[in-house]
Amino acid sequence: MNRGFIERVNHMTQHDQTKPQESLNIVIVGHVDHGKSTLVGRLYADTGSLPEGKVEKVQAICRQQGKEFEYAFLFDAFLEEQEQGITIDTARTFFIWNGRQYIIIDAPGHKEFLKNMISGAARAEAALLLIDALEGVREQSKKHGYLLSLLGVTQFAVVVNKMDLVGYRQDVFDGIEKEYREFLGQFRAVPQQMIPVSAKMGDNIATRSSHMNWYQGPTVLETLALFKKEQVRSEQPLRFPLQDVYKFDARRILAGRITAGRLKVGDQLVFSPSNKTALVQSIEGFNVDPPQSEAQAGQSVGITLDEQIFVERGEIASHRDSIPLVSTAIRVNLFWMGRRPLEKGRKYVLRLATREVACEVAAIHRIIDTADLAQLQESQAVAKNQVAELTLRAKSPLAFDLSSSFEATGRFVLVDEYDIAGGGIITELVHDEQEGLREEARQREYAWLTGDVRAEDRAAQYGHRAAIVLFTGSAQTGKTFLARRVEALLVADSRHAYLLEGENLLQGLDADLSAADPSFAAERVRRYGEVARLLIDTGLIVVSTSKTFGINYQRMAEMIRTLVQPAPVIAVHMSRAGEEPPPNTDLHFAGPQDFDAAARRILEELKRRGVLIQPSGTKSTIQYSI
Amino acid sequence: MKHLRQLEDQSVYILREAYKHFNHLAMLWSMGKDSTVLLWLARKAFFGHVPFPLLHVDTSYKIPAMIEYRDRIAREWRLNLVVGQNKEALAAGMNHTLGRDVCCTALKTTAMKNLVEEKGYTGIILGVRADEDSTRAKERYFSPRDKHGDWDFRDQPPELWDQFKTTFPPGTHIRIHPLLDWTEINIWEYIKHENIPFMDLYLDRGDGTRYRSLGCAPCTMPIKSTAKTVDEIIAELRGTNVAERAGRAQDAGRGMEMLRKKGYM
Ligand SMILES: Nc1nc2c(ncn2[C@@H]2O[C@H](COP(=O)(O)OP(=O)(O)O)[C@@H](O)[C@H]2O)c(=O)[nH]1
Repeated sequence: MNRGFIERVNHMTQHDQTKPQESLNIVIVGHVDHGKSTLVGRLYADTGSLPEGKVEKVQAICRQQGKEFEYAFLFDAFLEEQEQGITIDTARTFFIWNGRQYIIIDAPGHKEFLKNMISGAARAEAALLLIDALEGVREQSKKHGYLLSLLGVTQFAVVVNKMDLVGYRQDVFDGIEKEYREFLGQFRAVPQQMIPVSAKMGDNIATRSSHMNWYQGPTVLETLALFKKEQVRSEQPLRFPLQDVYKFDARRILAGRITAGRLKVGDQLVFSPSNKTALVQSIEGFNVDPPQSEAQAGQSVGITLDEQIFVERGEIASHRDSIPLVSTAIRVNLFWMGRRPLEKGRKYVLRLATREVACEVAAIHRIIDTADLAQLQESQAVAKNQVAELTLRAKSPLAFDLSSSFEATGRFVLVDEYDIAGGGIITELVHDEQEGLREEARQREYAWLTGDVRAEDRAAQYGHRAAIVLFTGSAQTGKTFLARRVEALLVADSRHAYLLEGENLLQGLDADLSAADPSFAAERVRRYGEVARLLIDTGLIVVSTSKTFGINYQRMAEMIRTLVQPAPVIAVHMSRAGEEPPPNTDLHFAGPQDFDAAARRILEELKRRGVLIQPSGTKSTIQYSI
Repeated sequence: MKHLRQLEDQSVYILREAYKHFNHLAMLWSMGKDSTVLLWLARKAFFGHVPFPLLHVDTSYKIPAMIEYRDRIAREWRLNLVVGQNKEALAAGMNHTLGRDVCCTALKTTAMKNLVEEKGYTGIILGVRADEDSTRAKERYFSPRDKHGDWDFRDQPPELWDQFKTTFPPGTHIRIHPLLDWTEINIWEYIKHENIPFMDLYLDRGDGTRYRSLGCAPCTMPIKSTAKTVDEIIAELRGTNVAERAGRAQDAGRGMEMLRKKGYM
């Protein structure tokens, strides 16, 4: 057997392998032992893609260990793996066929390694899913099929392997086809092809099998050739998640990768969720001649704007006629790979494109057992390798899309401690209380007119950026007292600060409001927030206390945040001993206070947040030279 | 050249993620074709600047022309070059005749670990490609190393949708691999497309041989080749099935697997 194999390889290497322009990432999934590694080995051998010496090396190891040679060994590069007999990780290798380079991600099938299968499948453009004809549809066959769909791999074929072990019988194949198509149909997945093969014997892999004349469809290689490179993303509306802002030289460059659509010099961009707008002045590049005037999905670019608006990593730029959704709450489908279970109420970091935001699980609606798609209701936790439907609540507003309309901005990962522990797709926007105010802020920002003095000119003059220090806490905790100290300390430090006292609005701006009106309190907060927004635009550090509105301080703080967005908010909570601070609190002072020390602590926080230093919001710009 | 642009876009994205997330970041530069392409990609990503130091682990056995090239490029591109060397091992007479694994571990792996430790880097960018050998095929773009610099390939973090592992416990560091998806041919195509200066050791300079991969002088052998231009190299590579590192002695047997587990690049 070994001998015949070698001859075959030698024969195949004479194949003319012109180097293709196109490459396609494919992943091979399926239950353990259903033949994934064997199929990959076979594809390599039959396309003449193995480096000289590879087979001999593997054969020598087999001899040493007294084992029969297997195609699968070609890819089990690590000795440990061969001992254990399962593929451990998503090895990436290449082969070339008919003018295309296929990058194969040999994903493992063992349960333990689901996170590796997910890493592999997440970057695949197409998939082959293997089912053993003798064993039939197994748990992992189902799980992998479901996960491919969740991960967005819609282009896939089902390969029914080991047909030699069932006498190449059509009825066996038909039975598996029927059962598996029914399963896939439950979540509307449709395979491009179902192919009966024997990876070991080479039936219907590269060449048509003479044992299965009842099958007229394409071979595995022909099916691969039918998979398409997706290219439609650049025809979608623009999504440009901001990755970083650079100021290495005179240019202030906004860098990022366009995930959908295209942008041109002269386009007006809207950044979400801050609602800032500006025109694209140039598309920058290094060693690009002539400079690009247009860029499209997939490209990593850098742009300059006509105005130096303050925007940060994580915002999504789009055109004004199709902006992303914004909310603090989303409904999602998620798979969990964490070391410890995902729990309701626990804090995680959500990463969506380049945005990172703290979030918590507000509700676990159901857990889906992927093996039979049964639903387990009302659980408090999601265990490793489970899939669940959840509502997540983010600490601050998030710009996103539904995964059904945009791929890259419709999905996210969750980080637990140091690890990426879950991945998910967004299925619904969950309306939050801030929606009305958010829309008001958006329309106001679009329409906002500025003079010739820019925010960073003011910041350079004043020695600080604009910001708001927002105090919360119940009565008699010393909020006003501390707020006054902070204002005084800032002014003594030559900063421009102003204590915005809500009470002062009552007789003037709020004079037309009636205390009997049910919306009295909310309207007062709204007006207060708009005044704060105006003061922030003048470049001031606004110090805000909030004891007088008579509504829950947590809700009040959220409303003000929405209205002053995207100015930095430093949230200070004061409480009597033993009380929990509200979410989003930056500094918490409990119990009796040394007010001077507390005020100094707040100034330190302003420095740490970059309010009291340079305004650009970029990383320090050190030049290196020898 | 659309596929080159795609590779470039992904590498640039990775480099920018690395720069954003790591305050103590450095890039390994061996002056070979891969790490020089990597360096060029950094200039692409940061618009002509290289905002982190470049590390060269000098075994003292490098081909002299490599050092000249290094210093010239560093000057012209205004690079911050940091050279590391395991002086103790060299003083004690370490060389390849004492065993290649031993020599590589002492002069490269240990030298690099010492450098990383001394400077406190938490992110190291390397020009590793998945098609070089099967251990490298298992790498992630962002690959954690433990306190001893060891790589636990059995328990790697998931990497999906261009979300990378950028948080890690104190004392560990992350290796960053922006070139993972590139092939040897892509490297040369890109060198040609961008007109990147490279060492002429890669070309046949008249004696019918050239280097395909550059390492230490004693352990790197030239291959038979009459390729005198980048185009001829590409044509030659399209027709070969010989592994790239066949000229490098350390890869024999299970050498590479052992070396890489211990922290080799
Ligand atoms: N008879 C037969 N055996 C096969 C076939 N494909 C794979 N096998 C065997 O099934 C076992 C598991 O295959 P392997 O490729 O390692 O499965 P993986 O775990 O999915 O990668 C090995 O012993 C193979 O030799 C096939 O088409 N026919």
